[in-house]
Amino acid sequence: MFSISTAATAAYVVAALLFIMALAGLSKHETSRAGNTFGIVGMAIALLATIALALARHIEPVGLALLIGATIIGAAIGLWRAKVVEMTGMPELIALLHSFVGLAAVLVGWNGYLHVEADPGGAEAAHLGTEGMLGIHSAEVVIGVFIGAVTFTGSIVANLKLSARIKSAPMMLPGKNFLNVGALVVFAALTVWFVIDPQLWVLAAVTVLALLLGWHLVASIGGGDMPVVVSMLNSYSGWAAAASGFLLSNDLLIVTGALVGSSGAYLSYIMCRAMNRSFISVIAGGFGIEAGPADDKDYGEHREITAEGAAELLASASSVIITPGYGMAVAQAQYGVAELTRKLRERGVNVRFGIHPVAGRLPGHMNVLLAEAKVPYDIVLEMDEINDDFDDTDVVLVIGANDTVNPAAAEDPGSPIAGMPVLTVWNANNVIVFKRSMASGYAGVQNPLFFRQNTQMLFGDAKDRVEAINAALSETVTAGH
Amino acid sequence: MIIGIPRESQTGETRVAATPQTVGQLIKLGYHVVVESKAGDASSFTDSAYTEAGAEIGSREQALGADIVLKINAPADDEIAALRDGATLVSLISPALNPELVQKLSARPITVLAMDAVPRISRAQSMDVLSSMANIAGYRAVVEAAHAFGRFFTGQVTAAGKVPPAQVLVVGAGVAGLAAIGTAGSLGAIVRATDPRPEVADQVRSLGGEYIAIESPEAEVSATGYAKEMGDDYKAREAALYSQLAKEVDIIITTALIPGKPAPRIITAEMVAAMKPGSVIVDMAAANGGNVEGTVKDQTVVTDNGVTIIGYTDLAGRLPATASQLYGTNLVNLLKLLTPEKDGKLVLDFDDVVQRSITVVRDGEVTWPAPPVQVSAAPAAATTATPAEVGPAKKPMSTARRLGLTFAAAALVFLLIALSPAALQVHLTVFALAIVIGYYVIGNVHHALHTPLMSVTNAISGIIVVGALLQVGHGNVAITALATAAILLASINVFGGFAVTRRMLAMFSRS
Repeated sequence: MFSISTAATAAYVVAALLFIMALAGLSKHETSRAGNTFGIVGMAIALLATIALALARHIEPVGLALLIGATIIGAAIGLWRAKVVEMTGMPELIALLHSFVGLAAVLVGWNGYLHVEADPGGAEAAHLGTEGMLGIHSAEVVIGVFIGAVTFTGSIVANLKLSARIKSAPMMLPGKNFLNVGALVVFAALTVWFVIDPQLWVLAAVTVLALLLGWHLVASIGGGDMPVVVSMLNSYSGWAAAASGFLLSNDLLIVTGALVGSSGAYLSYIMCRAMNRSFISVIAGGFGIEAGPADDKDYGEHREITAEGAAELLASASSVIITPGYGMAVAQAQYGVAELTRKLRERGVNVRFGIHPVAGRLPGHMNVLLAEAKVPYDIVLEMDEINDDFDDTDVVLVIGANDTVNPAAAEDPGSPIAGMPVLTVWNANNVIVFKRSMASGYAGVQNPLFFRQNTQMLFGDAKDRVEAINAALSETVTAGH
Repeated sequence: MIIGIPRESQTGETRVAATPQTVGQLIKLGYHVVVESKAGDASSFTDSAYTEAGAEIGSREQALGADIVLKINAPADDEIAALRDGATLVSLISPALNPELVQKLSARPITVLAMDAVPRISRAQSMDVLSSMANIAGYRAVVEAAHAFGRFFTGQVTAAGKVPPAQVLVVGAGVAGLAAIGTAGSLGAIVRATDPRPEVADQVRSLGGEYIAIESPEAEVSATGYAKEMGDDYKAREAALYSQLAKEVDIIITTALIPGKPAPRIITAEMVAAMKPGSVIVDMAAANGGNVEGTVKDQTVVTDNGVTIIGYTDLAGRLPATASQLYGTNLVNLLKLLTPEKDGKLVLDFDDVVQRSITVVRDGEVTWPAPPVQVSAAPAAATTATPAEVGPAKKPMSTARRLGLTFAAAALVFLLIALSPAALQVHLTVFALAIVIGYYVIGNVHHALHTPLMSVTNAISGIIVVGALLQVGHGNVAITALATAAILLASINVFGGFAVTRRMLAMFSRS
């Protein structure tokens, strides 16, 4: 009974289990590296089994050469990108990788069409016909191509926005929700059409429609919602792989696609909850539209502090919490922050980091940046872990964050961001806010934190300011206290 | 323009309106500064220190004859006469208590700004001398009390026996009261504080004191930032509370002041008589009549039962260097507001509520009192507390609704699979189970690892390469071309995804 085919099926099951173990391993720092290794081993097993299967199915020598060549080129590109990418550029890279999965799914879907529907006299079509699966196959082709194409252009736009090659402001087409829903309706109609009469033009129309929908969907979402978008695209790329699995009757693809799809969906859910918004409202866009920055309320005057003053304050503190945001990544200030952390810890100051779930442009982005700068991960805490500790904290440094530390979210029921869980930095004795100017944050909401009595503003480029504090700290010989 | 800093003429005054540090800041605003010789001596600021900071040392006439004269105390008659026409005088005036002084000032063609009339709005806090002086006075009150008190403030257990900590009562938790609470607490005493405004309770606690409320429906949130006079019922409860507290505590520091009125009599002679011998009372309201029966202004008296009552009114001046520095900084902040162009030209803008409020006389014309400013010290907090419904608060889903949704989803899945051909059913089973596994596995992932998680899922979604691998090289050129492209893209994903994850995970390190 043992054949290449049964061996391949067995290898796929083993690979699927290894993928599950890979994701499970990532739940803790201690097991994360083992998890990644499980993933690599699983992938190797799956690839070897598939190549063996391809050989057993009498692949042409040219095909084999193309297969090996494409794999080697792809591997070289992938390894090169992975080696040179900056950690601040991770969101762009991940978005780009999503687009590849999307495009691959489109190509696999088209191949499915060419293999079966375009070749009604072929063996595969005949085989499916006897099982009554021809219509199902056509539906699978359309759905796979659709999800893949949406993922592809969506990820491309996300990549362009994240790398600032196009403006990150949301594109506002009139009736954009109508366009999205309309595209879905047309897609459903075309799917039915294609199942009944699998014409090439229908598939082409679906592909174009999906490409446009993906573009529009992400283009109308603003830069600050990118953590949701990227995890949403992560989810889509999984569903695209799962759809290909159905198309090819391959359980490994289905399992993997479902794992990735639900993982991305779960991350999107976490991000949405952290902004107190529903997934639909993020997709429908429009944060800050109803809010309007026209806010004449007199918040009073803010106070400024110099880098030297901040250094003095930090030197005499016993407990410091740093809350970074995307601004830290933009200013590339993470190395300076890490240096500051090291200096303060040497003086015996208890330094910790408070990370809001949507800080940065990618779930967990801040953690990776800080890890790159060699900040120990056990002092980097999540919002829920650290929010109760602000009361006993001497100094909070807010670096490049704004909406995630806005007291209006907790205290002003009329605020557009009311109800969003935020880091309660204002409970600390002193808050120093690093900021370029007094402009409002992504949500267009003024931040009353800046006008609190215990808040002082440190204006300028975050990187320069942090370095100035480091320099001032080196000069002060006394260790405070 | 020239700023003149005369030496304070009032007897016992130790402060000066500018320190070498604030002189530097004034010069940065574009002014030329003339300091009267020996003006800073009592605060330990030498003439040479002022010269180093960029000031010119001049005579009394020069300082008083400047374009802008900065002073601490209200000017004496000879000082008013020495001012030049068109000059601007900035000092403490207390216009509400000194109408005749205002009249005298308006007899001259000058402009007079009263530092003690700064409205209590957050924007003006940096110029509020009453706050900055009250802060110093509160600190000094505790120091004076400790000096007169024959025992430790802090409790200690020594080889020679146990010393209990001092019990301190602070009446009135304004700026001075809060400073006293903090200072006494850091000396180790047990501090209790009272105040008719319940909103200060948190501030008292934040400084380590215990807030004692006087239970009364009248105790309401203050709209002006100052306490107001209370009714009879309240006074009765208050008196009962203080009689009780007077017997328990060692130190009482009273700070109760109501603007424009004599200080309320809070501690009666009976209460003082009930205190333990050796106890100390510092009456910080002595200048306005005192909160304590028996207080003598500017003096220390000892009652028959051995209680020391300190009635100094110059508590802030007893820390002259700090007081001058803070007062001087308040003045610098005011001048920053008045010198918008930083060109050494003073501009008075009557549309600005701060500038309007402090102007007592403008060009010889009385402009006091200014229209009242509604201060939002506490009401902002009060309004946020009242609205009952706080937006569309998300309620946790009820069990019934949850069950309903689950059943609906189950029915949908049932229909979908029941209507599928047999070959598809197996795949759908696998699909459904994998989604559930994915959900639970991801639910446990540490938040810090979300980015590596995404790159790993990215890598494994490159498994789509399997599909392309099986499609390539079976005769059809178009299929082979598309499949080759798919293999290329997917392998970028697989290799790139795993490699970047590896790189990221290697960066995470423990301390």
